[in-house]
Amino acid sequence: MRSKKQPRELLLKGGTVVDPFRKEKYVGDVFIKNGKIQKVGDVNYKSSMTQVDCSGLIVTHGFCDIHVHFREPGREDKESLATGSQAALAGGFTRVCVMPNTNPPLDTPESIRFIVEKAETLPIHIHPIGSITKGQKGKEICEMVAMRNEGAVAFSDDGIPVSDGEIMRLALEYAGMIGVPIINHAEDCCIRKNGVMNEGEISTRMGLTGNPDIAESTMVNRDLELAQLAGSVLHVPHVSTAKAMNHIRRMKKENKHLSAEVTPHHLYFNDEALVEYDTNLKVAPPIRTEHDRRALIKALKDDVIDCIATDHAPHTIEEKERTFDLAPFGMIGLESCFGVVYQTLVKESGMTLGELIPKLTVNPRVVMGFQPDLFKPGIQAEISVIDTEKEWVFKKSSIQSRSGNSPFLGKKLTGKIQFILSKGIITEIT
Amino acid sequence: MLQHKHLLGLEGYPSEDIQTIIDTAFGFRKVLERPIKKVPSLQGKTVVNLFFEMSTRTRISFELAQKRMSADTVAFSATSSSLNKGESFKDTVQNIEAMKIDAVILRHPASGAPRHLTKFVDAVVINAGDGTHEHPTQAILDMMSLQEQFNNLEGLKVGIIGDISHSRVALSNIFGLTTMGADVMICGPSTLIPPHIEKLGVKVSYDMDEVIDWADAVNILRIQLERMGTGLYPSIREYRELFGLSVERIKRHSKDLVVMHPGPMNRGTEIDSAVADSDRAIILDQVLNGVASRMAILYLLLGGKTEEN
Ligand SMILES: [Zn+2]
Repeated sequence: MRSKKQPRELLLKGGTVVDPFRKEKYVGDVFIKNGKIQKVGDVNYKSSMTQVDCSGLIVTHGFCDIHVHFREPGREDKESLATGSQAALAGGFTRVCVMPNTNPPLDTPESIRFIVEKAETLPIHIHPIGSITKGQKGKEICEMVAMRNEGAVAFSDDGIPVSDGEIMRLALEYAGMIGVPIINHAEDCCIRKNGVMNEGEISTRMGLTGNPDIAESTMVNRDLELAQLAGSVLHVPHVSTAKAMNHIRRMKKENKHLSAEVTPHHLYFNDEALVEYDTNLKVAPPIRTEHDRRALIKALKDDVIDCIATDHAPHTIEEKERTFDLAPFGMIGLESCFGVVYQTLVKESGMTLGELIPKLTVNPRVVMGFQPDLFKPGIQAEISVIDTEKEWVFKKSSIQSRSGNSPFLGKKLTGKIQFILSKGIITEIT
Repeated sequence: MLQHKHLLGLEGYPSEDIQTIIDTAFGFRKVLERPIKKVPSLQGKTVVNLFFEMSTRTRISFELAQKRMSADTVAFSATSSSLNKGESFKDTVQNIEAMKIDAVILRHPASGAPRHLTKFVDAVVINAGDGTHEHPTQAILDMMSLQEQFNNLEGLKVGIIGDISHSRVALSNIFGLTTMGADVMICGPSTLIPPHIEKLGVKVSYDMDEVIDWADAVNILRIQLERMGTGLYPSIREYRELFGLSVERIKRHSKDLVVMHPGPMNRGTEIDSAVADSDRAIILDQVLNGVASRMAILYLLLGGKTEEN
């Protein structure tokens, strides 16, 4: 990966422009001056411009991932804001939202400011998500307004479900005053018990404790009803089950302030992939059945799911080399994301590129209240240039993240980021 | 001699290999009945008994099998404190492997641990029980004992009764017996029957009398008394009433029923003493066959020599 300052006048020439905001696709140019979008369409080359030939490549918005864990502060041995930024760039992401389950958790205005200040000099935009409850203990809601004023864009105790329905209601009502989304890791802890994978035939064969699909769907349903009652904004993260999806599908007809995301790994794998006890496939919520996987793909096509988010969750190799019961939940996801979803959705499931790109760009930005029109003149350039036909193998040696816990290692993927423009920097992905 | 390098479980294990192990075990069973019960088959081979979990019977059975075969053995029992640090598992086994060993017998509380181990060591790995997953050598000795009684496993009706959810003995028996063409019916409280178990090709019953009527043999599992109070079953009294192999229950059925138990028994709970000590019980044959089976497995996996050559 090579990064350098963008030239003063930069012309991305002759690429296929995919504009997810206007829902247009055409061959054209993007002209960037002083790091800002000048014109998208037909641009005549002038000798003052540095031209990059983009013929045969897709030119689109920089991706936005609203669910990553960068582990800072506390576990910088797994990831830091700086290393996470490099992983994001490699995956085509110019903007991410970091989850607050750090050590200590981001549960005060001061800790939110720490992230915002630290991120200023980094090559991507990083927005902190604040904790819903103090210490993520699920008892007392945080100073949400002050945290929002420091830069928190949403609230979540992600990793830990808000078990107490009354606290969840209060959080939704309180966040409703400022219109900021609440994101609850929706699993009923009693029903989930100590489940380490999806409950089903495979878990029975493997002798592992199962986590049934209704652990998710009952909690999602509770949250949907509470959000409707409170009239507040709810975003449902990493939906993994057909049953939860059905609840969301139904409620979306009544409630406009509702959104949902799915991860690349829930779209790619089913629980049969776990038979080798690969701890990199131990995630929360778990990889579900083929039936669930197909329901997720369908829901994405139907716009019941708004966005793809990676739930990038770095862990050390030592932790992931533990036995399956003791290994931590989570996998890294930023760098393999596009190759995985392009292959799964466009190559294998009949989705078009024009349908896929908004799930990674406009839609997550709308959920979080960010500027969704990145081709508007005057906007600081956040652009991904992609070779969608490129087949490549995800290798450990190319990983930018500080951790390597990915079940996609060694897998052949289709579609790779070539260049990315972010915060005045142009980075070539190799 | 066998198609797989390791014995990790019986799921997908070839029927001909199961039969080879059983046939070989009957040969070693004769050795065990001699006055001098020792053969030089595994002379020069080193076997490590790596037990991360309390075990008396399985460990002794393996150790005896190794001694009867003249293998060099080392025992390693992890204390519960080092066990809790899961990350030490890899270090522990790589340390042991560095000492040039031929096989590891692994007992571990985590399902999948033996497969995990194969990633870190070159030695042959034999699963001596992993979590709630498999206990293949127990199932092989159970099948050997059934074959001794019935000559053939094909079409044999076997009931497995007790806590199926937490039983590696049950799962290995289900995989092994169905592979060998036996019919399996499992029985226990509905809270202790794993989800989708019928997809493994077994029948499920909650009526023990139905199982006894149907079966040629029953394998009674040990009920973990420590699971009381976790809500999985309400009381020992009710458990015994519904699923205990009591004298009264046996009396209600006038048939020859072979009774097995992997031990250790909770006499008076899952099985009455009068049943366990009766002629229909082959529990002590199972113990002897356990040593013979483990000798056969070690012999076949470590490429030991027969006495003749
Ligand atoms: Zn989560």
